[in-house]
Amino acid sequence: MAAHLSYGRVNLNVLREAVRRELREFLDKCAGSKAIVWDEYLTGPFGLIAQYSLLKEHEVEKMFTLKGNRLPAADVKNIIFFVRPRLELMDIIAENVLSEDRRGPTRDFHILFVPRRSLLCEQRLKDLGVLGSFIHREEYSLDLIPFDGDLLSMESEGAFKECYLEGDQTSLYHAAKGLMTLQALYGTIPQIFGKGECARQVANMMIRMKREFTGSQNSIFPVFDNLLLLDRNVDLLTPLATQLTYEGLIDEIYGIQNSYVKLPPEKFAPKKQGDGGKDLPTEAKKLQLNSAEELYAEIRDKNFNAVGSVLSKKAKIISAAFEERHNAKTVGEIKQFVSQLPHMQAARGSLANRTSIAELIKDVTTSEDFFDKLTVEQEFMSGIDTDKVNNYIEDCIAQKHSLIKVLRLVCLQSVCNSGLKQKVLDYYKREILQTYGYEHILTLHNLEKAGLLKPQTGGRNNYPTIRKTLRLWMDDVNEQNPTDISYVYSGYAPLSVRLAQLLSRPGWRSIEEVLRILPGPHFEERQPLPTGLQKKRQPGENRVTLIFFLGGVTFAEIAALRFLSQLEDGGTEYVIATTKLMNGTSWIEALMEKPF
Amino acid sequence: MDCYTANWNPLGDSAFYRKYELYSMDWDLKEELRDCLVAAAPYGGPIALLRNPWRKEKAASVRPVLDIYSASGMPLASLLEVLQNRVLDARIFHTEFGSGVAILTGAHRFTLSANVGDLKLRRMPEVPGLQSAPSCWTVLCQDRVAHILLAVGPDLYLLDHAACSAVTPPGLAPGVSSFLQMAVSFTYRHLALFTDTGYIWMGTASLKEKLCEFNCNIRAPPKQMVWCSRPRSKERAVVVAWERRLMVVGDAPESIQYKQLTIQVLLDRLVLRRLYPLAIQICEYLRLPEVQGVSRILAHWACYKVQQKDVSDEDVARAINQKLGDTPGVSYSDIAARAYGCGRTELAIKLLEYEPRSGEQVPLLLKMKRSKLALSKAIESGDTDLVFTVLLHLKNELNRGDFFMTLRNQPMALSLYRQFCKHQELETLKDLYNQDDNHQELGSFHIRASYAAEERIEGRVAALQTAADAFYKAKNEFAAKATEDQMRLLRLQRRLEDELGGQFLDLSLHDTVTTLILGGHNKRAEQLARDFRIPDKRLWWLKLTALADLEDWEELEKFSKSKKSPIGYLPFVEICMKQHNKYEAKKYASRVGPEQKVKALLLVGDVAQAADVAIEHRNEAELSLVLSHCTGATDGATADKIQRARAQAQKK
Repeated sequence: MAAHLSYGRVNLNVLREAVRRELREFLDKCAGSKAIVWDEYLTGPFGLIAQYSLLKEHEVEKMFTLKGNRLPAADVKNIIFFVRPRLELMDIIAENVLSEDRRGPTRDFHILFVPRRSLLCEQRLKDLGVLGSFIHREEYSLDLIPFDGDLLSMESEGAFKECYLEGDQTSLYHAAKGLMTLQALYGTIPQIFGKGECARQVANMMIRMKREFTGSQNSIFPVFDNLLLLDRNVDLLTPLATQLTYEGLIDEIYGIQNSYVKLPPEKFAPKKQGDGGKDLPTEAKKLQLNSAEELYAEIRDKNFNAVGSVLSKKAKIISAAFEERHNAKTVGEIKQFVSQLPHMQAARGSLANRTSIAELIKDVTTSEDFFDKLTVEQEFMSGIDTDKVNNYIEDCIAQKHSLIKVLRLVCLQSVCNSGLKQKVLDYYKREILQTYGYEHILTLHNLEKAGLLKPQTGGRNNYPTIRKTLRLWMDDVNEQNPTDISYVYSGYAPLSVRLAQLLSRPGWRSIEEVLRILPGPHFEERQPLPTGLQKKRQPGENRVTLIFFLGGVTFAEIAALRFLSQLEDGGTEYVIATTKLMNGTSWIEALMEKPF
Repeated sequence: MDCYTANWNPLGDSAFYRKYELYSMDWDLKEELRDCLVAAAPYGGPIALLRNPWRKEKAASVRPVLDIYSASGMPLASLLEVLQNRVLDARIFHTEFGSGVAILTGAHRFTLSANVGDLKLRRMPEVPGLQSAPSCWTVLCQDRVAHILLAVGPDLYLLDHAACSAVTPPGLAPGVSSFLQMAVSFTYRHLALFTDTGYIWMGTASLKEKLCEFNCNIRAPPKQMVWCSRPRSKERAVVVAWERRLMVVGDAPESIQYKQLTIQVLLDRLVLRRLYPLAIQICEYLRLPEVQGVSRILAHWACYKVQQKDVSDEDVARAINQKLGDTPGVSYSDIAARAYGCGRTELAIKLLEYEPRSGEQVPLLLKMKRSKLALSKAIESGDTDLVFTVLLHLKNELNRGDFFMTLRNQPMALSLYRQFCKHQELETLKDLYNQDDNHQELGSFHIRASYAAEERIEGRVAALQTAADAFYKAKNEFAAKATEDQMRLLRLQRRLEDELGGQFLDLSLHDTVTTLILGGHNKRAEQLARDFRIPDKRLWWLKLTALADLEDWEELEKFSKSKKSPIGYLPFVEICMKQHNKYEAKKYASRVGPEQKVKALLLVGDVAQAADVAIEHRNEAELSLVLSHCTGATDGATADKIQRARAQAQKK
């Protein structure tokens, strides 16, 4: 059981259980002891679905990482390859199978394709002469992985690049399939809204897939009232800005992978008396970050500036609770105190971890450079001096700050100015090539293809119109007790989330003009329900919207959506799905090309 | 009018009947029906026929054959083995557990099996005083338990597993000395009794209620008596038959029950006999879900239809689509596969047009060698794996030119194929870009090649030259110039390595200049910076960083005085402090402009002076910055000073 998945308005444990069942069924098909050979990229996402214990229960005795040459020795009956359908992986598998020692005991081979079986890959295996060696070749449709009670991700790293640069819609197809699976479990979603080219395509695929399945009527009462499909390239701005929520900053600074973060160990050294400071841990501290931890759930989405006060308040409450022991006089009172101890100790441990992380982050956020960077970002987003070469960026390049940081800033300026003047753009590009190397011309081309970096055409800057109409910049932001989503970036309201907010109230008709400026079509589709399944909403009952970010979503956007869900008169609660949980750094990194 | 009613005969006072042949039996029976044992399944189901069962005793070696015919006499099956039991009489009955059988043995005992599937026979209790066979008997099913109702003289007995009890039908007219016939309705709800007084009693099978009675004044035992109902009517009636007479006695409401024969079985029977319209009407009347009902029947019909070779492809396809439309659950590809199996490829293609599932369309189209059509179908589906599969087929099937032309008309397939080539066939990728005159991508292609494919410097420069040419063609002057710069740099780095030794290749321009400074080749560094027009500001940062790294403080100071710094002097302070050289840092702090003065003084730890400057500036932000740097006792006086200045400022 993953309890934190069932806290939300939609019980995502249902999905988790469904995919776990599918996994067990596959494992049981391969009777006897097993070894799993992993496509390494899959181990992270799989960890959220099934721990080793589940695999062990189904006679998985060994696990290896997929690599060339001969498979490691393992006295098992079955060898199962868990792989993404990629040709280069097929070549490795074939190498493994062909170099199998024929004198040893024979082992049965199987392949589990995640998330989809591929004819192309099977053809490759056939060409390599090993297709017949596999007894079971199946697919495991792990499209959307539940990360939290309101969060699903496909963790498809290359999705943005494939969709917007390479014209490869594989991940969109998987997204549509994932949405069909969700509808099979949670009912047909009666209304689909969308903005963007990819959104349009996913909606088309869904409608098409539905037609393919006609006949098998879905008789589940719909849990979701509507689906909003959003292209990442409708809002290229948001991920470029530095996230300022607690979770967002952890991600910006340390990078969250499959809900885990690795932190420098020093701050987490156990404080034992007489330790004398020796034996400091050298291995990174790995922590899981999700709403299963009460305190984390409380602070993750807050602006970082509001976290300190919560933590100190918590610290007082906990130490007061521990002080209670002096008041416990009778045996009954002592017993009650002791019974609460484990919970209190867990809370104290959690608080210590959170405080340590907060300290680590504070070291960064209080640095002068962080402040300078933030100032420049905020100037761009509020429309100040976006059309000339920026001093700070120039200095960053001159001091050879990380290239990704520079690219994020240049792209942010370009997006906030609807493209840069040719002279400014060429200046930045030249500076970057001279400083970081001419090979980055490929990366720059990619950024231009994605529209993140571009020359201003037609001489018109649309961003101010967009900013004003959608109220993207709020001067009076309240970080402690926010009244608007702009708190997640201390002033900037994420465009994507604003679109969602306006769709829910008063509707997109009010912003037709801006929608036309933003790229791609906007549309609405209805999926008719049989009369028996039509929902009669109780007065005051919130709508549930599934919002799907095609091309990635940031933790700050998620925080903003959670903020909207919690608004008392918000009217809409959100469940968030995405192709990838990302931030500006991982995003730009995926778009970079290093030829050597 | 006469002619319409001429063939109707009166039956009793108010009813008429007529007799006409609906159809003739197709069977070719040599025996008279009376010589056969016949059993017909309910609802016009098949008829089982056992020939000459009585003759068997004479020739034991001949095993009796059981033939099964359809209701119209079409032979359906022939079974050899027939189980024989020595019994006096038997009745078959139907319960929700299946079909049961009740047997009257030679010892006048009843044995019962609730399900013929697993023959667990149960012996029923003895009927007291039963010396001969009962005059009539039947099986009643109540509350899922089978009972036997039997008539012995004027008495009726109900036998269950535990006991035998005498029963009396309510309202039975007196004077009965024997029951000649009894009939129970299909649902086991109703019972009819025929007495030797020519009297028919009709009531519930529970024997608790009488529905009606009728005196037919015929005392002869009837040959047959059964319950029946008119279609769609709630009326129930009993039909009694004698040798030359038929009588319908009725009036007891009850709903029609189809439950005994499952609908699926009925439909299967109809489909097997190609009675498609009738089957569909039944489905529609019963409002069966389409997948179970109409779709299935239509699919059967369509598969039959494609085998009609005398009808043209167009007509068959149209006829099938007209009938099937978008009926859910119909697999057009199954029908198409059937058509293809019958050698009708064109028809199969036409049928596939109606198939909504591309995953089903594409493999069959490929099998039929319609790869181009398969490609557009695969693209429509959005399933990229399907597109790839078709592409690889096409690649083998077509010559290169045709293959490329096909791709050109399918942008989505083209992008996918490019992706494939990027990882699998780099040379093909180049050809694709060439074909499309995509010079921008060709340029990038050669840039990549200059790193990946070429080892020698000449080869790398040549690849870059090709790239630059391509960028010019693409009218991307910036990229072309940058690539030329890169060629120049490469050559230069090569020369530097030759002349100075060390590693220069693949360093960025910036790092090359830095390396030169770190190596003490300041002149060359200057020259390089000039050649490549490194902006002054960046060059200052570069030199500053390099000299500080070298801890060449003398050179740094000389550099700082070479002209007015375009980046100010705060960076000098910062970099010296970074190297923990406060002494040098202080030299530059004094040269820092007023805007950054406070910051610089704080950096070198001169809090007191920083406070003075901040007070002079009357700048609140600066004041609080200094205040935040005031630590403990040492800066106590400074802090007080600032507070005083603040207070004064507020007064004003």
